[in-house]
Amino acid sequence: MRRARGVAGARRARRLAMATLALLLGAFAVAAWAQPPVSRGPAPAASAVDVAAAGSGGAKVATGRELFETGCSSCHGFEGEGVKGQAPSLVGAGEAAADFYLRTGRMPLDQVGEEPLRGEPRYSSAQIEALVAYVGSLGPGPTIPDVDPSKGSVSEGMELFTGSCAGCHGIGGKGGVAIGGYAPPLGEATPTEVGEAVRVGPYVMPRFSERTITPEQLNSIAAYVALTQEPEDAGGFGIGHIGPVPEGLVAWLAALAALLLVARLIGERLGGGDAEDDAEEPR
Amino acid sequence: MRRRIAAAFAWLWRYAVAGLILRHSKKRTVRRERELPASTRAETWTAVLLFAAALAGLAFVAIYAFDDANTQLLGLSIAVALALLAAALILAAAHVVPQETLEEPRPPFTHVDGTKTQGGLEFSSRQPYEEAALGLREGGDGVTRRGLLGAAGVAAGVGIGAAALVPLASLGPAVGNRLAASPWKDGVRLVEENGMPVQVDDLAVGSFLTAFAEGADKEELAASLAVVRVRPEELELPADRADWAPEGILAFSKICTHAQCAVSLFRYPLFAERSPGPALVCPCHYSTFNVLDGGERIFGPAVRPLPQLPLRIEDGALVAAGPLSGPVGASWGRVREEG
Repeated sequence: MRRARGVAGARRARRLAMATLALLLGAFAVAAWAQPPVSRGPAPAASAVDVAAAGSGGAKVATGRELFETGCSSCHGFEGEGVKGQAPSLVGAGEAAADFYLRTGRMPLDQVGEEPLRGEPRYSSAQIEALVAYVGSLGPGPTIPDVDPSKGSVSEGMELFTGSCAGCHGIGGKGGVAIGGYAPPLGEATPTEVGEAVRVGPYVMPRFSERTITPEQLNSIAAYVALTQEPEDAGGFGIGHIGPVPEGLVAWLAALAALLLVARLIGERLGGGDAEDDAEEPR
Repeated sequence: MRRRIAAAFAWLWRYAVAGLILRHSKKRTVRRERELPASTRAETWTAVLLFAAALAGLAFVAIYAFDDANTQLLGLSIAVALALLAAALILAAAHVVPQETLEEPRPPFTHVDGTKTQGGLEFSSRQPYEEAALGLREGGDGVTRRGLLGAAGVAAGVGIGAAALVPLASLGPAVGNRLAASPWKDGVRLVEENGMPVQVDDLAVGSFLTAFAEGADKEELAASLAVVRVRPEELELPADRADWAPEGILAFSKICTHAQCAVSLFRYPLFAERSPGPALVCPCHYSTFNVLDGGERIFGPAVRPLPQLPLRIEDGALVAAGPLSGPVGASWGRVREEG
């Protein structure tokens, strides 16, 4: 009875160890590729408005106003004056703010009061241009900055990023928390979006004027952000680029499990497979 | 209370009774086997290990005193001392101390007719005397170099004991005025990292930047500031600080009062009605300080508020109007560094 259990028991234990290892690696893989929160919601009905023939200038503003009335005025008011307790006034928000929020899909917001998060843009590019023109016409505000990462220096960008941005977004641009707000990862941010966010200061992000961060410095910051999106992984697998935590995970879940398995296999071999049971019978 | 005293007395009583019974019970012989160590090598090694442990303990004291308390070496020396002590004790237990096997017979059974038997052994009245003689004889064998081992043990104790006690010297000098030392006083200009003075127009509402005291060493903890700008109507400063924030510009020490990390997060809401208010947040443990009421801590492990610097504007540049409102950083940290 004991001998039979020895053979089947060893095989079962090995299978169990393999299964556990596979499960742990699977869980780790899921964690490593976990996606950040993303805004979701239905597209507004105004997408039916044909913007192709809008042209420029006044016509764009007019089209923008139409789209605004259907998709935005319920929270922001018919003249963009804002609704107390619901949404801020857009007078003076500027084209940069409108362009940022619409292109990253942060607006329209699903739920009043929740943090605007990146998602699929709900409007087509032409519609966004019209809306941006309309919001820009409401009052003077920051215009869409012209950001060119190739004109900036990555090393200067890293210094600036460290001083002004890494506190919330992390030095790798992988995001973080700012107690009351979620600082999103910058993996999908285009240079223009980076520039817009810096000038606008969305949600609880601070804003930086052209005196604090000059356009040249903005180019450098955008260059650094572009680097964090595609870093050169000289060491191999980047494991999410968030530092020692995933590296620890790999050590504990993968390497340790593998070591235990190997130790077990070695032990079985040295013990002659299923060892004879010399133990005394229980009294 | 009474019940506890009663319980203690009951306990004592039981032990007294048990003791009396044991004293008066008949002594039983105990069969023993003694195994003496074959050679004295184990004893030599034990003594060597103990002396080495003593040396390691003294090395700790030396490193503490002369190598500016290099923590890696301190840890190493204590680890080595304790490891050697452990090795000595293991060795002593296994090969130095005589191994005795004691066999104790069962207590005598009382038969129905009152007689007692016990496995064939006889009680003798000469027993106590013989046992004492045996004890004296045994004292001379087994550990022949008792003196050496004793000295080694004492040395190890002294060495490791010194290592344990010597760090008391770090219990610090009296603190004095060091906590309040800072380069900030009325008239000191604020400069950015590149040395240029901070202009009022540099700061938009909702932005923040890092500033330093002009002429001070940037590495000095008290020299760095987090300067933020809010709308003047948002301010809720206490009455004695009403004029500390001209045009809504606030300056706080950049050093968190928890564990001295640099406070580098600033949250400023775009829509204040639906977002948390303006605050400086420390990235290490997320101590959050409300900027509108003068740096009071609203979340996190910090206890003291962030020290605030009164400001005034001179020719469009920011200038300190007095010293910081409190000691900078974690108090223990600054004393230790200058200690």
